[in-house]
This record gives sequence, structure tokens and C-alpha cells, in this order.
Amino acid sequence: MQSGTGSLLIFLILTDLLLLGSSRLRNAIRIAAAQGVALGLLPWLAHGHLTGSALLLGAGSAALKGVVFPALLNRALREIHVRREIEPLIGYIPSLLIGTGVLAAAFAFGARLPLPWESPSPLLVPAGLFTLWTGLFLIMARGKAITQVLGYIVMENGIFALGMAVVEAMPLLVELGVLLDVFVAVFVMGILVFHINREFDHIDADQLDALKEGAP
Amino acid sequence: MAGVYSCPLFVYLAMPLEGIYLFGLLAGALALLAASGVGSLLAGRWSERWAVGIGAGGAGLACGAGLAAAVGALLRRVDLTVARPWRMPYGEFRLGLDPLSAFFLIPLFLLSGLAALYAIGYFRSWKGRNPGRFWLFYNGLVASMALVVAARNGVLFLAAWEIMTMASFFLVIFDEADSRSAHAGWIYLVATHLGTALLIGLFVLLGRAAGSQDFGTYAAPAGMAGGLFLLGLAGFGTKAGLYPLHVWLPEAHPAAPSPVSAVMSGVMIKTGIYGIVRLLAILGTVPGWCAWLVLGIGAASGILGVLFALAQHDLKRLLAYHSVENIGIIALGIGLGMLGMTLGLPGLAALGFAGGLLHVLNHAIFKGLLFLGAGAVTHATGTRNIDLLGGALKRMPWTGATFLIGSVAICGLPPLNGFVSEFLIFVGAIEGIIGGDAAVLGGAVVLVSLALVGGLAAACFTKAFGIVFLGEPRSGMAAMASEVGLSMRLPMLALAGLCGVFGLLMARGVRWMEPVVGLLAGGMSPAEAAPGAVRALVPIALFGLLAALVLAVAALAGIRRRLLAGHAGRETVTWDCGYAAPTASMQYTATGFAQPLTQAARGILRPQIESKLPSGVYPAASAYRSETPDMASQLFFDPLFRRAAWRMGQLRWLQQGRVHWYVFYIVLVLVLLLGWALWA
Amino acid sequence: MKLASWLHPILAVALAPLLPVLIQRVKALFAGRCGPPWGQGYRDLWKLLRKGGTYSRTTTWVFRAGPIVQFACLLVALLVVPAGGLSAPVAFDGDWILLAYVLGLGRFFTVSAALDTGSSFEGMGASREVQFAVFTEPALLIGLAALARETQSLSLSPIYAELATGWELPLRILLGAGFFILYLAENCRIPVDDPNTHLELTMIHEVMVLDHGAVDFGFIQWGSALKLWVLGALWAGLLPLGTLPGPLTRLAAGAGGILALAVLTGIVESVTARVRLLRVPQLLVGAGVLCTLGLLLTIR
Repeated sequence: MQSGTGSLLIFLILTDLLLLGSSRLRNAIRIAAAQGVALGLLPWLAHGHLTGSALLLGAGSAALKGVVFPALLNRALREIHVRREIEPLIGYIPSLLIGTGVLAAAFAFGARLPLPWESPSPLLVPAGLFTLWTGLFLIMARGKAITQVLGYIVMENGIFALGMAVVEAMPLLVELGVLLDVFVAVFVMGILVFHINREFDHIDADQLDALKEGAP
Repeated sequence: MAGVYSCPLFVYLAMPLEGIYLFGLLAGALALLAASGVGSLLAGRWSERWAVGIGAGGAGLACGAGLAAAVGALLRRVDLTVARPWRMPYGEFRLGLDPLSAFFLIPLFLLSGLAALYAIGYFRSWKGRNPGRFWLFYNGLVASMALVVAARNGVLFLAAWEIMTMASFFLVIFDEADSRSAHAGWIYLVATHLGTALLIGLFVLLGRAAGSQDFGTYAAPAGMAGGLFLLGLAGFGTKAGLYPLHVWLPEAHPAAPSPVSAVMSGVMIKTGIYGIVRLLAILGTVPGWCAWLVLGIGAASGILGVLFALAQHDLKRLLAYHSVENIGIIALGIGLGMLGMTLGLPGLAALGFAGGLLHVLNHAIFKGLLFLGAGAVTHATGTRNIDLLGGALKRMPWTGATFLIGSVAICGLPPLNGFVSEFLIFVGAIEGIIGGDAAVLGGAVVLVSLALVGGLAAACFTKAFGIVFLGEPRSGMAAMASEVGLSMRLPMLALAGLCGVFGLLMARGVRWMEPVVGLLAGGMSPAEAAPGAVRALVPIALFGLLAALVLAVAALAGIRRRLLAGHAGRETVTWDCGYAAPTASMQYTATGFAQPLTQAARGILRPQIESKLPSGVYPAASAYRSETPDMASQLFFDPLFRRAAWRMGQLRWLQQGRVHWYVFYIVLVLVLLLGWALWA
Repeated sequence: MKLASWLHPILAVALAPLLPVLIQRVKALFAGRCGPPWGQGYRDLWKLLRKGGTYSRTTTWVFRAGPIVQFACLLVALLVVPAGGLSAPVAFDGDWILLAYVLGLGRFFTVSAALDTGSSFEGMGASREVQFAVFTEPALLIGLAALARETQSLSLSPIYAELATGWELPLRILLGAGFFILYLAENCRIPVDDPNTHLELTMIHEVMVLDHGAVDFGFIQWGSALKLWVLGALWAGLLPLGTLPGPLTRLAAGAGGILALAVLTGIVESVTARVRLLRVPQLLVGAGVLCTLGLLLTIR
């Protein structure tokens, strides 16, 4: 099981890097979905046995992230005719470089983070942190609202992975709450994206500053 | 009957223990309130009638059940706590019913139920809007207030407190057409959240030692009782409207729909008093300076509240300032009680607490009545400006008569309920004065403040009643007024009746309060502490005199009728000194009536006056307009917030208008915090 | 003893109409006139109680209730006020709070009745009445609190019974002066108000009752006389009479003190002028200061 968990986490880290470097939106959605499904296996791999709540959690999140979110996002993509992120705020090469730095930081933080009991894998906390930060980075560094939604999903994946380190200590309620948050976020963003597109003929969130207080 | 129970909630209903049965009734009332609020909102999508029926019916039923539970619990001296594990950190889900909670629940359910009935008529004219929205927030407000009073866990308490704040906020801004409502709503929201911030600090400190937020485990860290009490006083005092934290009150109460003003002023601000009193019970002993502080704040609230009330022209704003005044009276009572505890004078303590707490109940009744009456006048005339009203007693006889009763009661005049609670505080003050030398100053402060407040309140309410209801109408709107419908009249009549009943039968009420007072005054009851004063409340003496007063009035009225029987009463105009063409505008106005007093207190009130005095031999037009903004907000809060806004404005460059940057700020802070936590 | 205590209220109701006449006769003496006959007060009442009333169309039942409530309040007040060391029919801890507040209730209704006419004259009088009450009420309560502390009791009857026997001259002088000012102000006498004035703009009490007639005015007149009696009794109790034997002598001494105060009032009204309206609050605050000094004196 140990090696299974390890390779899953490596997969997680690699997909994160892939997301940082990917410009095609459809690809990115697919990668995030794969991440979600893979994470659904994590509770089983990590603990070697299945508790009721872990099963529920894994299956639920895999279904949501593997099926529902991609479907929603793809539909949004179809409606707004956007394929790729052309002008990211931070380019793809710099993104990858920053990502590497963040990965190092994640390992540094992970080594010091106190855990209630021994982690199933030494990679678990760094991978979780890295995924979380990648999500946040995507939100910061990309202009298209769709990519930002994607960032939220990736961030949630990170929280999920981190939670796995403490799943028996972390109440089911909290995880459900986070999942619900993300679901609402995706939902609202989906609608927002649609409306921004209709009003402004683009979905560049970086031009939302026209709405800022005191803007010309 | 004290104890902690922890079986599934539904079992309580079936259990033969009476206290638990009453608790089940209370829990049922809370559930019914929540269900009927949501139900009303849903029903309102297709039928206004159903929405009103479900919302008001649920509120009425639940308030009836809750009232029965509270009265029963107080009479039977129930004291129990029900605990259930829950998913929140720091302790269990704990609800309790003890004499103190039961005592606060009584006015809460009583007034809320009657105001719900009133609201049916009040909103009848608001066509085309979903009334379910009102009932959702209204029933939510009532339920959350009850939850605040029954909570026995800090987390639960704060959650209920927050729901209460939000529900009342939405009710204040319910009249969306009025932009001033929105402004008032924001002031309220900001003020009350500043208070909540302090409360969070308080609860964190209280629960830190035990690592649990259950009230039973609280322990004040050594030497910090005074500091904790200060935190609580400021936090709860903001909600209660103690000076100078009252600034939201004169804004929010006039803005809210009248049944909501009645509930907010009558009972919601009392949750602040409840908090202070509960904190006292938890802390046990507080340093002596706390008592003096409460006395000082009470005196300031009482005197300044009524002074500012005197200078108002807006009927509901005037009433709102009177809430500040009455909270001040309550604080004077509580302060006296605390002083008695610190000085070891149990008589003083028992009388002070009894009077202060009784005033909570009494104020709920008469202030609720007055706000409902003011709402009826506004409803009928379309204005709250006292100087435009007049002659309403002829056009609205029921509203007028009940408003008069409320006015007499709020001035603390016999034989109505306001007198009894003020009487207890007064006797407490005298106990202090004739007792040890240390308490003389406290007693004298209370005595003088109460007397001053009494005189000013009488001036203010002869003004409010006299100008609004007596004389001739001062405007066309006032002349067109007509009596309000039955659903609005009935609650006012009920409350007016209660003013009388509670005034005459309060001797029993004081008996009922013994366990409540005992909780605070170290087991001492008023009857033990000051037998003479409490005996005075039982039928023979004071009750006899109050009854004698009523009888004397009745007898004299009978005599007058007999004497006048043989004569035809003639009707004519008011004597006008021979002037040929009197008009309604020649009457004294509210501004004029209060002018000698507001003039005397102009140093404090700082009214802004615009006047054009008559000049020349044949003066033509003249004008006089005065406005009295709040001193505390003018001198302290406005400059404070202006300065804060300016400082914040310097940070404006941080506001990029880009989501990316905001996320960056958040991440930066989080990472820094995490690093600090891991390496520091 | 208990039965004897009821003599005082009965005597007060019966003799009160004498007080205004007594004051007027003293003033007449000073002015070199002969003044009204002793029975004038009763004659006026008899006339008023038999007359039919005239009412303004503006007024409501509040206007008619005003005099009744005021009169009833004074009757109740009489029940707690002792005279000449003779205890009152009703005595309980804090009864003097009731006394002050019953007077307040009477004022509330008198003022409301005045506002009910819609006349600006009466509004003016009402406005002044409530203004002065703001100053007199605390002063009265502080004064009584000083007495309570001095005698260590919470009820008027024991307070005055104790007081009759003692000899604390400074306290009596301070409170005597304070109470006298309150007596003049509450009863609308010179130098605060002039009961005989004929200019509405300068009146206080008289202008509030301009529109009342017949029975109502009779009640008002009788009530005013009773108020003179009640407040007079509070002042007269400060006289160091000593413990008198028998209830009747005490009653006679108490009534004598009240009549003496009326004579004193007549003298003051004859030799002083009215102060300006704006100065009245200063006078009343002065009374409050005197009473506070009295209280401080008891702390020592």
C-alpha cells in the first residue's frame, strides 16, 4: 500500500505542474478531473481499510470532481467559445519556475507541520500543500474566470489530500462543508462567467477592476 | 429539580418530570418559530394570506407555549440544563432553564406574541410584497432571542446572538423604500458587531482555563474578574444601549416597522441586560469599582437619555431615547445591587437587583405599548413628527387611551407597573443612604438620578401625549386620522391592561422573583433583606393605597356625575382671550413645550437652531427650527469614524480591483502565519 | 391610637379651604384692607359644586379627568403624611416615595388637562409647571432622605415621630428653608408664581385651569388647598415640638404648625416681589442645595 500511496501523490504533484504549464483550457479541466478521481482512491490507499465515512467521502468527491465539475465547466466553455488562455498574467515558463519554488517550500513546511499521528506517507503533507498552493496560484496568475474556477477546484483537492493525513481526526462535517463551498463557488462562478461574457464579450477577470470603487 | 440531562431530545416530552416537560414546551416553541418562519416564506410565493397565517399563527402559538413554559418554570423554580454532544468545538450543545432565564423569557414571549398580532394589521396595507420575508426574520428574531437566553454554551450563545443581530438588522431595513432605514441599519450593524467582537474576547477568556465553553465550567482567571466584567459591560452594553454606546438605538428604532421597534426596544435590548446579569452570576464576585461604574453609567444613561428624548420631534426617536433612559434605570438598580454585594449589605443588594430586574419586565410592557401606539399614529396619519400631530385622542380613542396609560407607566407614576420597580430601587437607595457610610454616596446618586429622571420623563410624556393626542390637529394629515383595526388595537389594550394589573399585583411578582434575585444577591431574597419594604408591596399598605387611589378617582368621578346631573353641559370654544380667529397653529408645539428645559440644558444638548424671529412693527413671516443630534455620536463617534475612514483611505492603493491581487494578499497572510506558527 | 390617626386626614379635608383665606387675610392686613371673610373658601366651593359646566369643543375626557385625579392623588397623599408627631393612617417603608410620586401623578393629569384645551396660554402654563417640577422633585426627595438618615427609618411616620423629640437645629434650619421654598413653588405662591395675577403670560398654575369651571374647578380649588396642607405638614413636622401627650394635642400642634406656615406665607407674599421666570430655576436649585447640605450634615 505504501508504494501505492506514494505513486498517487507523485501523480498529484506532476498533475499540478502540468496545470501550471498548460494553456489549453479543455486539457486543464481534464487534468483537474483526473486529480479528483485519483484522490477519491486516496483514503483507501492511505489507511488500507475502509471506514464508512472515508468511503462516503472518497466516492462523493470523486463523483463531484470527476463528473459534475468537468461537465459544468465544459458546458461553460462551449457557451463562451474560449479555447485557451492567451494572455496569462504570469507566463507559463515563469509559472513553472515559481511552481518549483513553491514545491520546495511545501516540502519545507511539510517537514515541520506537526501531525496528530504518523502520516501514511512522508509525501502526503507536501503534496497536499503544493496542490493547495497551486490552486491559489492559478487563481492569482490567470486572467480567465474559468481558470480561476479551476484553481478553486485544485485548491479543494489540496485540502482533501491534507485532510487525508488527519481524516479520522478531521470531522466529516468540515470536509463536507468545504466540498459544499467549492460546489457553490463553481456554481456561482459558472453563472458569473456566463454573464460577464454576455455583458463584456470576454471573460477576463482582470478587467473587473472597472467596477472598483472610485474607478474612472 | 436541578440537574443535567443528556438523553435524546424527544424523550423529554414524554418524561413525567415537570421541569423537563416545561423545557420540552420551550424547545417545541423554538422549533415552531423556526418552522413557521420558513414555512411563511415558502407559502408567500403563492399566497399572501397563507404566509401571514402561517407566520403570525406560528409566532402566536409558539409565544403562547413559550410563555407558559417560562411562567411555569419560574413558579416551580425549575433549574435544569440539557446537554447533547455536537459537532462544534469547545463543549456541548447546552440549553438551560433556570429562574433567571425564565424571568427574561416571560416579557420576551409576551411582547413578541402581541406584537405579532399587531403586525398582521400593520402590514395589511403593504400589498404586493411577500409577507413571508417579514415573518421569516420576525420569527427568527424571537427564536434567536429565546435561544440567547436559554444557551448554556459560549459558542451556542454567540451563534444565537449573531442570528438575533442579523434578523433584527433585516427587520430594521425591511422598509426598503426608505433610504434612511438602510443608513440606520448599517449604523446598527456596525455598532452591534463592535459589541460582538468584545463578547468573543470575553468568552474566549472565560473558557480558556477549562478549555470548554460550557457555562458551568467557566472560571475567571485570578484577578481578572474586573477586566472581564468590563469587557462584558461594553459588549452587552452596546446591545442594551447604555450610554455612550447607545448611538445605534435612536437611529434603528425609528427606522424599523413599529411592531419590530416594540420588540427590539421592549425585549431585544434586554438580552444585553441579561448578558450582564448572567455574567455577574458566572463571575460571582467583582471588584467594587465595577459597581460604581455601573451606577455611573446608569445615571448617565438615565439622565442624558431622557434629556435627549425631550428635545426630539420624531415620536419614535423620542421613544428610542426613552429606552436609553430606562436601561439606565435598570442599570442603576443592578449597580445598587452590586454595590450591596461588595459592601456586604444584603438588603441593598436584594432590593437593587429586584428593582432593576423587575424594571426589565415592566419596561417591556409599557415601552412595547408605546411603540405600538406610536406605530398606530404613524399608520393613521403618515407622519411621526409630533409638531404636525394633535387631537388624535378624538379620532383614535383606543390608541389614545392606551398611550396615556403607557405614558403614565413609563414616568414611574402610581398605580401602574413602572412605579413598583422604581419604588424598589428607591427603597434600595434609601437603604443605602441610611446604612453604612460607604453606601451613602451610591444611594444618593441613585436617588437623585431617579428623581431627576422621573421629573424629566413626566415633562417628556406630557409633551408626547399632550401634543400628539390632545388639542386640535396641527396638520391635514393629523385631521384625517382614524382608529386602527382590531388586530392592532387588541395588543395595545392587552398591554395597557397588564400595566395596571402588574402595578396592582406586583407584590406577588416580587415573591416570584425571589429565586432570580437570590441567584445574584447571594441567596438573599428581598423579603428577607428588607421585610418592611417588601411587606409594603403586599396588599395592606402600598397595594391598599394604590387601590385607594383608583377608588378615589372612581368615587370622585361618580360625585362629579351626580353634581352635574341636573345641568345641561354647554359647549363652546376654548377661552382665547378675546381673539377672534384662533387657528390650530396657535397651539403650543412640542418644541415650545420643552423649550424651557432644553434651553436650560443647551450646554449638553447642543441643539442646532435656525430661527427667523419676528421683526418690525407688523411682523410677517417667522420661523423656528431646531434639531438635536446625539451628543455621543457628534463628539466622539463621528470624529472617530471620520479619522478611521481617512486612515483607511490611505490604504486605498491596496484596493486594486483585481481578484488576483486579493487572493495574493490572502495567500501571503496565510503563508506568513503558517511559517510563523511552524518556526516561531 | 390607630383610630386617632385617621383624624388628621379628615381634619385636613375639612380645614384645608381655610388656608388660602388665611394667607389672603394676612396679605390684606399688610395692605391695610380687611380681606375675605373666614368662610369665603367654603362659600366658593359650595357655589362651584352646584354650578353647571361649560366645556370647550376641543376637550376630551382627559380634560374632565384632570381635576378628579389631582384631587384623588392629594387624598391618598394625606393618608401617609403624619402631623405633629401623630402617625399617619398608613405607614410603610418608602411611603414618602409614594407621596412624591402621587403628587407627580396629579401634576401629570393637571398638565394633560391643560394641554387638552389646545390653548397656547394653557400650554405655556403646563410647560412651566413641568419645568419647575424637574427641580422640585429631587430636592424634596433629598430632603426627606436626609431626614431618613438622621432618624434611621424608612417611613414618614417614624421619621417625624423621632424628629419631634430631637433637637438637631442646623438640620432643621437647612431643611426648613429648603422645604419652605418647595412649599411656595409647589403651591404656586410668590416669589415663584402669583395666584392673584391677571396677566396670563406671567401665570403658571392659574393659567392651566383657565378653562375649568363648575365642579371641576371646585375640585381644583379644594385640591390646591389640600396641597398646601400636605406640604405644610411636611414642613411643620420639622418644628421641635417634643413628645406631646395624647393624640389630640399632637393633632392640634400639627394643625397649628400648618396654619402658622400659612401666616408665614402671607407675610412673605406681602413683603417680596415675584422673581423673573428665568430666575425661578435658580431659586429651586437653591432649595435643592439646602436639602443636599442637610443630607451631608447627617453623614458627618
